[in-house]
Amino acid sequence: MTKAAELAKMGEVLTNSQIGGRRNLVINGAMQVFQRGSATFNHNATSTANLYGLDRFQFQSANHDELEGTITQVADAPVGFTNSLKWTTTEPESSISAGESFDCCQKIEAQDLQQLAFGTSSAKKLTLRFYVKSSVTGTYGINIFKADSTARQLTSTYTISSANTWEEKTILIPADTDSSGTIANDNGEGLRITWHLGTGTSFTSANNALTWTDYADAGWAFGHAQNGVATTDNATWQLTGVQLEVGSQATPFEHRSFGEELALCQRYFWQVDGAGTEYATMGAGGMYNTSAYLGALQLPVAMRARPSFSLSDSLSSTNFSVVTGGQVRAISGITPTGDNQHLRINASVTTSGTTGHAGYIQIQSGYRAFWSAEL
Amino acid sequence: MGNYKQISSAKWHEFEGVKDGIILIYADGKQWSVPLDPDNTDYQAIQEWVAEGNTIEDAD
Repeated sequence: MTKAAELAKMGEVLTNSQIGGRRNLVINGAMQVFQRGSATFNHNATSTANLYGLDRFQFQSANHDELEGTITQVADAPVGFTNSLKWTTTEPESSISAGESFDCCQKIEAQDLQQLAFGTSSAKKLTLRFYVKSSVTGTYGINIFKADSTARQLTSTYTISSANTWEEKTILIPADTDSSGTIANDNGEGLRITWHLGTGTSFTSANNALTWTDYADAGWAFGHAQNGVATTDNATWQLTGVQLEVGSQATPFEHRSFGEELALCQRYFWQVDGAGTEYATMGAGGMYNTSAYLGALQLPVAMRARPSFSLSDSLSSTNFSVVTGGQVRAISGITPTGDNQHLRINASVTTSGTTGHAGYIQIQSGYRAFWSAEL
Repeated sequence: MGNYKQISSAKWHEFEGVKDGIILIYADGKQWSVPLDPDNTDYQAIQEWVAEGNTIEDAD
C-alpha cells in the first residue's frame, strides 16, 4: 500500500469508526467470564432448548431429536487471547431435517445500540470480527437479527478452511436505514449475532446476504451450508475474540479487565456460589415470626430487569438454611421480591425460631443460588 | 428462533399466606421464581404459555 493510500485509509477510519472509548458492543468477547461452569446440552424432538455456557453466549436449538453436547471454557485461543468457548458434540443428529435449527448467539441490549441510529438516514455500518476453530471445514452462516417492532435480519457466511486451526473472520455489516430498522431505546433485545451450526433448509432459501430485510424464517440462515458440527460425533466448534464495533474497519480487540467484564455480565446473570470448603451467605436479616425469615440482599450491579431466581439443587435439610438463634434451620421455601438490585429474601424455616432474632441465609459448599435477567 | 424457557408448569406463590408477586415455574428441569415484570423474559414466556391455553395454578 502506498503512503497516500495508507493516509486515505487512516482518514476513512477516523471518519467512520469509533476510535476512542468503548468500542466493543459484545460482552465477554474474549470468553473470560464463565459463572455457570460447564453445561450439557440435551435435546428432544418437541422442545426448544436454550442453554448458557460462558456468560452472554447462548446455545439455541429447535426441533432436533438427537443432538447432545457440552459447552465449556477452554485454555485454547489464538495469540492475544487465553480462553475460548468450546462446543463438543457428544450425540450427533443423524441428519438435519428442514425445520431443525441449532446455533450459538449473543443478544445485545437495545439501549446500548442507540449510537447506530438504525432506522434513519444516519445509520452506521458495523464490523464484526471473531476467531473460530472447528474440526469440520466448510461454509457456516451468520445472522444479524433486530428484534424490535418490525423484526429485521441479514445474513453472511464464513468459511472454515482448515480443520482444528484458529482462523480470523471479519464481516462488514451495512447500516439499516429503513425506517423499520429502528432499535427502541429500552432494556430489551436490540441486536442478536447468531452463528449457525446445524440448520435445515426451511431457513436457507431466502437470499438476504448482507442486505437488511424484514424477518422471515426462510432467510434465517441463508448461505449456511455446513451442518457437520451437529451431525458428527465428537465434532468441535470454538469461538473467541468476538468484537462488534461501529464503522467499516476492524480495529484491534478491545481487551477489558476481568472485573469490568464480570460486572457487565452480572447485569444479566449473577450467582452466589458455595464453592470450596466454606459456606457462602446470601444477605442478612432476622426472624419476622417463628416460621418466617426476612433478609435484605443487594445485588452487585443493577440487573437488566427484575431477575428470576433459582437454586442449583432442591432444598434439603442442610444445603440452603437459615442460621438464627444459634441454630442452623432448614428451609422449606425461599423466594426473593424487590426491584432489579435491592431484594428482600423471604424464607420459611422448618423448625421454629424466635421472633426478632437476627439471622442469615447460609449456602453449603457445592450449592449455588442464581439470579437471571437474560435477554 | 425460539429462545424462551420451556415451561412445564406454573403456580402462584404465597409467603405467609399472601401472594407475593412471584410465579414459580418448572422449566428446563429446574424451578424458577419469576417476578411479575414485563421486561423479564421468563415472565414473557409465562405470558406466551398462558396464551397457548395453559393455566397458572393457585398457590398451595
